[in-house]
Amino acid sequence: MNLSSDQQILWQHGLVNLNGTVITTWVLMIAMSLGAKLITRGLTTGGSMSRWQAILEIVVISLQKEIKEVGLKQAREYLPFLGTIFLFLSIANLLTVIPGYKPPTGSLSTTAALALCVFIAVPIFGIREQGLWGYLKTYTTPTLLMLPFNIISEFSRTLALAVRLFGNMMSGVMIIGILLTVTPFVFPIIMTALGLLTGMVQAYIFTILAAVYIAAATRIPSPSGEKALLHG
Amino acid sequence: MDSMTLIALASIVTAGVTIAIGCIGPALGEGRAVALALSSLAQQPDSSVTITRTLFVGLAMIESLALYCFVVSMVLIFANPFYNHLLAQAGGK
Repeated sequence: MNLSSDQQILWQHGLVNLNGTVITTWVLMIAMSLGAKLITRGLTTGGSMSRWQAILEIVVISLQKEIKEVGLKQAREYLPFLGTIFLFLSIANLLTVIPGYKPPTGSLSTTAALALCVFIAVPIFGIREQGLWGYLKTYTTPTLLMLPFNIISEFSRTLALAVRLFGNMMSGVMIIGILLTVTPFVFPIIMTALGLLTGMVQAYIFTILAAVYIAAATRIPSPSGEKALLHG
Repeated sequence: MDSMTLIALASIVTAGVTIAIGCIGPALGEGRAVALALSSLAQQPDSSVTITRTLFVGLAMIESLALYCFVVSMVLIFANPFYNHLLAQAGGK
C-alpha cells in the first residue's frame, strides 16, 4: 500500500524525478495564484462587487481577526505568511472530495517543509520586532535555567507541527483505503466527510499555532497567558 | 522460525500494542479537556469563542501524542527498515 503520493513517480530524468506530491502542489499553487490574480483584477469599493471578491474579503477579514485575537496586534504584517499557509492547507485538504486526489499534505515532505517555514519565520519576525538581543533574551525567560528547554521546545514543536498534520491527513487517506476494501459502499463516504472536517481543523490549527509561536517571539512574554500552549 | 518471520511477528505485535496503549492516554486527556470546556461553556457562554479556540488547539496538541504512536505503528507495518534490510539481503543472494 502506498503511504502517500510520494511513491507515484510521474516523470523521471536521471536523478531528478517528479512525484505525485510535487505535481499536485504545483497544480495547486498555479490554480491558487491564477485564481487570486483573476479575482483581484476587477476590485471595486462600490456596492456592486463580484461574488468572488466578497468571498475573498470574508476570508481575508476573518483571518485578520483570528490573527489579532491570538495576540498579534499588527495583523496585516503577518497576514501574507499565515494566510498563505492557511489557504494552501485548507484548499489542499478540502480537495479530497475529488475522487483519486491524494492530498499533498499526506506526505511528510510537504508538512516538514511547511513546519520549517514556520521554524525560520519565527526568529525572523522576532528579530525584526525586538532586535537580535531582545529576541535572544526570550530564550532565557523566566530564568537562565530554562535556556536548554526553550531551545529543545523550539525543535520539538517544529517536529510536532509536521508530524501532526502528516499523521492526520495520512490516517484519513489510509482509513478510506482500508474501508474501500472492506465495506466499499457507504462508509468511505462518511469517512471522507469526516476527513474534510479534520482537514479544515488541521489547517486552522497549523495556522493558529504558527501565529501563537510568532506572537510569543515578537513580544515581551508576560508571566501568565498563552505560555501553556507553547510546548507542543 | 527464521529471523524474517521473527521480525515480521515482532513488528506486527508491537504495532498493535503501540497504537493500543498510545491511544489510552490521549483519549483520557481529550475526554477531560472536552468535559471541562463544556462545563465552562455552560457557565460562561459569553467567552465561547476563546474557549472553543483554546479547546481546539489543546485538542490538537493532545491528539498529536496519539498520532506519534500511529505514525510509529504505520512505519512498523508498512515501511519497516529492519524487515526491508533483510528483504534486500535475501534478494541479493
